Amino acid sequence: MLSRTADSLYWMGRYMERADFNARILEAAMRLASLPADDVTPGGEWDSAIAISDVGEAFNALHGAATEANVRDYLAFDANNPSSIRACLRQARSNARAVRTALTPEVWEAINDAWNEMGRMVPAAMDMEAFARFLEWLKGVARAYDGAVHRTQLRNDGYAFLRLGAAVERADNTARILDVKYHLLLPDNEPVGGGLDYFQWSTILREVSALTAYRWVYRESIKPWLVADLLILNRQMPRSLLNCCEDIALHLDRLASTYSRRGPAQKMATAAVGRLSGLRIEQIFQSGLHEFITRFIAENARISTVIAEQYLL
Amino acid sequence: MRIRIVYDTRYAYETPARAVAQVLRLTPRSNDGQYVAHWCVELDIDEAAPCGEDAFGNVTHTFFTTKPLSHLTITVSGVVETADTHGLLSGVIEPLAPDVFLRETALTTMDDDMRAFADGIAGAASRDRLTLLHDLLAATHADVTFDTASTNVATSAVEAFALRRGVCQDLTHIYIACARHLGIPARYVSGHLVKLDGDVEQQAGHAWAEALVPGLGWIGFDVANGVCPSETHVRVATGFDYLSAAPVRGSRIGGGTEHLSVKLAVADLAQRQMQTSD
Amino acid sequence: MAAYDEMFGADGAFADGASRAVYGELKLWMDAASPEFFDARRRQAELFFRRIGITFAVGGEAEASERLIPFDIVPRILSGGEWRKLERGLIQRAKALNAFLCDIYGPGECIKAGVIPAELVYQNSQYRVEMTRIPPPHGVFVHISGTDLVRTGEDDFYVLEDNARTPSGVSYMLENREVMMRLFPELFARHRIAPVETYTDGLLSTLKSVAPVFAEGDPTAVVLTPGPFNSAFYEHSFLADKMGVELVEGSDLFVQDCRVHMRTTEGPRQVDVIYRRIDDDFLDPLVFRPDSAIGVPGLMSVYEAGRVTIVNAPGAGVADDKAVYSYMPEIIRFFTGEEPILKTVPTWRCREPDSLAYVLEHLPELVVKEVNGSGGYGMLVGPTASKAEIEAFAAKLKGDPTGFIAQPTLALSTCPTFVEKGLAPRHVDLRPFVLTGADGVRVTPGGLTRVALTEGSLVVNSSQGGGTKDTWVLDD
Repeated sequence: MLSRTADSLYWMGRYMERADFNARILEAAMRLASLPADDVTPGGEWDSAIAISDVGEAFNALHGAATEANVRDYLAFDANNPSSIRACLRQARSNARAVRTALTPEVWEAINDAWNEMGRMVPAAMDMEAFARFLEWLKGVARAYDGAVHRTQLRNDGYAFLRLGAAVERADNTARILDVKYHLLLPDNEPVGGGLDYFQWSTILREVSALTAYRWVYRESIKPWLVADLLILNRQMPRSLLNCCEDIALHLDRLASTYSRRGPAQKMATAAVGRLSGLRIEQIFQSGLHEFITRFIAENARISTVIAEQYLL
Repeated sequence: MRIRIVYDTRYAYETPARAVAQVLRLTPRSNDGQYVAHWCVELDIDEAAPCGEDAFGNVTHTFFTTKPLSHLTITVSGVVETADTHGLLSGVIEPLAPDVFLRETALTTMDDDMRAFADGIAGAASRDRLTLLHDLLAATHADVTFDTASTNVATSAVEAFALRRGVCQDLTHIYIACARHLGIPARYVSGHLVKLDGDVEQQAGHAWAEALVPGLGWIGFDVANGVCPSETHVRVATGFDYLSAAPVRGSRIGGGTEHLSVKLAVADLAQRQMQTSD
Repeated sequence: MAAYDEMFGADGAFADGASRAVYGELKLWMDAASPEFFDARRRQAELFFRRIGITFAVGGEAEASERLIPFDIVPRILSGGEWRKLERGLIQRAKALNAFLCDIYGPGECIKAGVIPAELVYQNSQYRVEMTRIPPPHGVFVHISGTDLVRTGEDDFYVLEDNARTPSGVSYMLENREVMMRLFPELFARHRIAPVETYTDGLLSTLKSVAPVFAEGDPTAVVLTPGPFNSAFYEHSFLADKMGVELVEGSDLFVQDCRVHMRTTEGPRQVDVIYRRIDDDFLDPLVFRPDSAIGVPGLMSVYEAGRVTIVNAPGAGVADDKAVYSYMPEIIRFFTGEEPILKTVPTWRCREPDSLAYVLEHLPELVVKEVNGSGGYGMLVGPTASKAEIEAFAAKLKGDPTGFIAQPTLALSTCPTFVEKGLAPRHVDLRPFVLTGADGVRVTPGGLTRVALTEGSLVVNSSQGGGTKDTWVLDD
């Protein structure tokens, strides 16, 4: 397969994942914003939405203080934000268009239809309710796309690059939520049953579609360290860091066997899985949750670079 | 005249370039006016640069690098024995139909100003082509001032003529464009020149024009000096214009800004003024 | 002058409203169907094209400008007899074009014999001196040509122009048929229509047949595209997909050890045949335009060494120059020893003073074209132009007479077409596609019918708002 084709598939996978993630952050922020003003720092949820998306500097340069209106617009529609939902769809589609021959019609249509639909939307005319429907629509797009990939794409090297992109992006996204909200997860920070924190934790879980999963796994009321455990170390949780790392390693392994050659990316991915699966959440807290996550994000970015050097250039 | 040429071209890249591809037209051929006694082109990198020939009959060396490259030096050295042929070129195999040299190129287009200039020289009286070419040589040499500060390698004949300034490349382009406008096949020559004032170290190679006179053949016109090339000239490559006769033509991926430095020494060995170049 | 109608013949319609025989079955079927039925099918067709993403980027830049080329559901029909004659003419022409190109880059016999003036060849900007050094592999310059034909009467077909560089539109020919077969299966059951979908197999065979003689084993062919922003990108990816070959951009290819390789996830892989859809000027920045970012540095050096085949060969553009076109009858006679089967439109070459004077005097009656133009840009259609347009064009013409030719305005045939008000005659042309390989010449039956959707317009180019139709060659 052409390196450029693999590169396009990889980034198409990443951008579709990122679009979905942005929709989830915005949903969570809207939910938090609906709390009574006494319980939250006014506008705090919008600040944190911007922080999670890792677009803080560019946003501040453009808007200054975060408000519902400007964050909504920036994360969902702004053409100047390369990570806005709109920009993600545009990039996903332009990557898809460049590799039309490597995609099934179903996958192409899922992306192309979404982009065409996006073109018909009028962000300025959206009230709160219409915006919520937009986010719901976008999550539906992501599911339709994932379904089309799952149901129709040939399980060849191209599929592996698509899924690699999605897994690397997803690992980064989960890590960023943890990075911004880590203080809420620290055990010594636990206020006694504060309603706000409860709401924050459950919102974090909701962002990653893990609220039900939590109850299934732990059968307990929501405890911050268990939330961290679920999102970092739980093998079965599709967005946990460990699960994402296993996904990365799995698809890299498939590439290695397709091409009969293992390289540095395979070694790094296997090592990352080994490190994470040997850890317990207590150890992570002892050596510092924040430091752990910062290291993870850097490591994940390195894997992406090594994948690029090995296959995509 | 026995002429020694030592010519170093050094490229330094801001960041290592991922890939560099170059075609070198740095090697002269022998003809009735020059005998290439010794010639050598060397690269300071570990890549083969196979020798070939282009459509104009020029000798080429072409190479492609595959490893990141932060600098590159091309070293040319050789000795050529020359004789004065009064500008007439002979003993050269011409692979192309002469009419292709009537074609306008991007660097040799005309505008109204230039057309008026060329038509003015051609005048009403019918003269033989050789006289006309000499008149064009004298007029271009007189009207356009040699000046190294006003133009660059991408300057076209029209732009240089509007300034009435330029280096040998620009003067040659103007001459070629006018000759072609008058229906005379004309082409660009890149080469070297021994300076009779004894200056061995030079900033850049030389360039002049050749035009076709039926019955005689291709005749050289050194516009920068207002003369026909003589035993002081070493003819290296020819083409439609600077671009197709360029000593080095390349492309690269990565590398950032390129820094180019040239060291050129052209000496008449009889004058024993050759300075060794490091 | 009334135009010849493809369905109804020379007089617009026969007295009893009957159609030409070849359209008989279609006419019966159309008369029986309701307007609502056609409306529904037209909407379906549009939806189909939109969904598969077959778009045409106008001006080539922003994605907002992507649009569909209008598709008309009324097919254009040729009888088997008509087609066989056209096919012979097209093959004759393709052979003559290749012989002509081999000659002008080689011995130049046709110039010495006075068949064509030297200046039209040697001063032609499309004449690539690099091609004088070696003949292209297997002696083929133009592997893929698109010849634009127009009809003016029952037996009158003219060649309007040759497209010997990178003719486009073949994907529309194929998709149009696909859509028609989905929408109107009952119509196909009532006719015997020559298939077109073998085109891509023929293209792949053609590409492989012209692989360098040094190529080992099964040659690797690729389609080279300028990228997704090119107006014909859909076609590039469509063709690569149907042939099962890689669609590459210049940056995917590199030269090493006198071979062309592509960058793949498994390392470099040698490429033997490049079906390029980029212009000569951009192929190799070391030889042609130095600012080309879509080419492959060193490509021409590998080509000259005979280690890669470029399809169509560089320099083939001389053959579709419109001034050279006017010499085609002589060129065909010279190289084939036969009389031309297809007619050539009488042409005034404005480079000749007498012709220029005539053209300037008769601009309101003539069509004037740039010799190197394409896509319907830069041309004047005298009879439909305003006085101001004609005056402006006259000035342009006087400024650069060698850049133009003029032809009488032909009464292009019409074909019934759905427009706002219903069914109405609109002017059409026909672009058949001819493949020339080491293994022979192939012509796909029919071709792409282009239709000028504006009433009375003679400009069928898609870049100028033209549409397309499916083209049927009936087996009779």
